[in-house]
Amino acid sequence: MKSLGSFRRKFAPWNDPEAKPYISFENVTKKFGDFTAVDDLSLTIYNREFFALLGASGCGKSTLLRMLAGFEEPTSGRILLDGQDLRGIPPYKRPVNMMFQSYALFPHMTVEGNIAFGLRQDGMPKNEIEARVAEMLKLVKLEQFAKRKPHQLSGGQRQRVALARCVAKRPKVLLLDEPLGALDKKLREETQFELMDLQMKLGLTFVVVTHDQEEAMTMADRIAVMDKGKVKQVATPAEVYEAPNSKFVADFIGNVNMFEGTVSTVVPGKVDINVPADKITIRTDATRDCSAGQPVGFAIRPEKIRLSRKEPADTSINAAHGELYDIAYFGDMTVFHVRLESGRIIKAASLNAVRTVDNPLGYDDMVWVNFDTDAGILLTA
Amino acid sequence: MNTTWSRFNIVSLVIGFAFLYLPIVLLVVFSFNESRLVTVWAGFSTKWYVSLFNNKSFIDAAWVTIRVGLISATVATILGTLGALALTRYTRFRGRMLFSAMIYAPLVMPEVITGLSLLLLFVAIGFDRGIWTVTLAHITFTMCFVAVVVQSRLVTFDRSLEEAAMDLGATPVTTFFKVTLPVILPAVVSGWMLAFTLSLDDLVISSFTSGPGATTLPMRIYSQVRLGVTPEINAACTILIAIVAVGVVIASVANKRREVQKARDEQAAARH
Repeated sequence: MKSLGSFRRKFAPWNDPEAKPYISFENVTKKFGDFTAVDDLSLTIYNREFFALLGASGCGKSTLLRMLAGFEEPTSGRILLDGQDLRGIPPYKRPVNMMFQSYALFPHMTVEGNIAFGLRQDGMPKNEIEARVAEMLKLVKLEQFAKRKPHQLSGGQRQRVALARCVAKRPKVLLLDEPLGALDKKLREETQFELMDLQMKLGLTFVVVTHDQEEAMTMADRIAVMDKGKVKQVATPAEVYEAPNSKFVADFIGNVNMFEGTVSTVVPGKVDINVPADKITIRTDATRDCSAGQPVGFAIRPEKIRLSRKEPADTSINAAHGELYDIAYFGDMTVFHVRLESGRIIKAASLNAVRTVDNPLGYDDMVWVNFDTDAGILLTA
Repeated sequence: MNTTWSRFNIVSLVIGFAFLYLPIVLLVVFSFNESRLVTVWAGFSTKWYVSLFNNKSFIDAAWVTIRVGLISATVATILGTLGALALTRYTRFRGRMLFSAMIYAPLVMPEVITGLSLLLLFVAIGFDRGIWTVTLAHITFTMCFVAVVVQSRLVTFDRSLEEAAMDLGATPVTTFFKVTLPVILPAVVSGWMLAFTLSLDDLVISSFTSGPGATTLPMRIYSQVRLGVTPEINAACTILIAIVAVGVVIASVANKRREVQKARDEQAAARH
């Protein structure tokens, strides 16, 4: 059987009907005055999962995180952590720790003092605190910076202090609010893998809020795509990318060519879609139930479209002719913008697997685009 | 930029500073005058300082002033800080704008009115006037200065510091004393110093609210001047000026040092 994308590891409690959720949001609504930040949302997160809340700013993802940390109380609904209802429990009594977007390091304390702060609140004996702080400093490779104050550190070092500080208490769940937002691109990529290693090593549950889809795709076991206080889809990165459940998700994640049309014929296993605007007929695998005459969407990723000067054998389905209008060269890949006769622009990407090509495609070339019946996604929502 | 000094620049600088400091310089110079006359120079002497320290009424007044200043500045700092916290934190309550404006009003209120209204209040409730009424009055009028100073610091305070502290298990009280207060401490200290200085040199409100046995130094000086200026008063004022000047210099040097150190640390951190 064909499966989606590649699997990172054999960890999928969400597919196991026996598995007990670790964190559950049950019909949670949060209103600020007239504004509904989180709208009747239900969600389950499993133990040791790396879970990402992904969405544009204002979609309610941070509010969700803050409700888990205890800084906001849900207007209605409830949140369970390891079977315990969190309602009314103040932040300082919750077994979760949060890493803030601004890091929120205490400016008047040293790196050591920051890391030890939470342990002191628990009344841990002094020698144990010292041992734990040393262990944390080693974990984030900041041993020689123990006596520094936060303003004497670089951005990347501050980020690691913030991480060490909230991991030090061994919380049940670690909440990370845009953990890599303040780092530059190169450091961000390195840190992504460090975070993943750390999560594996400590066996903690991570809930990370981000607006950066690449970050979410790289790090998370599952992603919840959010919009206007609602969860649009919860799935693995590969599922979200290759099998989005709605036009919103298909459009939000990655690049996509979206077509709107009506179902003309349904044959077993296949669906034909008429796209009158672009005068093309699309034939795709019937991954969703639909009937003739129904308006549907069709999404196809640029890298799944073939581009050639030669006319394909069958031009009646999944094919269109147009002129090369724009070429975006990224080094590792090139994205071609093809303008169809209807004026519609289709994006097609190709990997630059070889260094030199004979007679490469150039501006104003007339080309054919075509794709297979399993290359795109049929969308009814 | 033009860095040459034109004659015009020099003249305006001299006139400007002379306008500001000539009276003070004269006062200081004549405090070391041998003669009893404050306008005729008769040689250098420190005898007026000696006689000042032997003048019991001056020393008593100085003690009253210091006691009133210390107590009122401390209480005003506590109340002013709490007020500033309430006004910056609870932004959603009804009439917040009114309260915010009301904290500024006493800053521009004529002292005569503040003094008179406090006097009327003390009389109405039958509070015997003395050192405690002066102290209360000073708390009243310096508190809003403290609130304004602390409030301006709190506006830029990163609330996530407090959230982080609570997230790490600190109760709201611990959070305040371990995180909020240390971070805003410089503003609280400058609020205290401002309150202390204001209390130290207040004459109008003290005159309205004081009673027997509670004469502050400015009141003492003022009443003495009405009988005729003696170089003793010059000496008292010179000491006051010296104390204030030393305080200001120490505060600004410490501040400058901290800034320079911080800039250096940040540059060093950026190089990593």
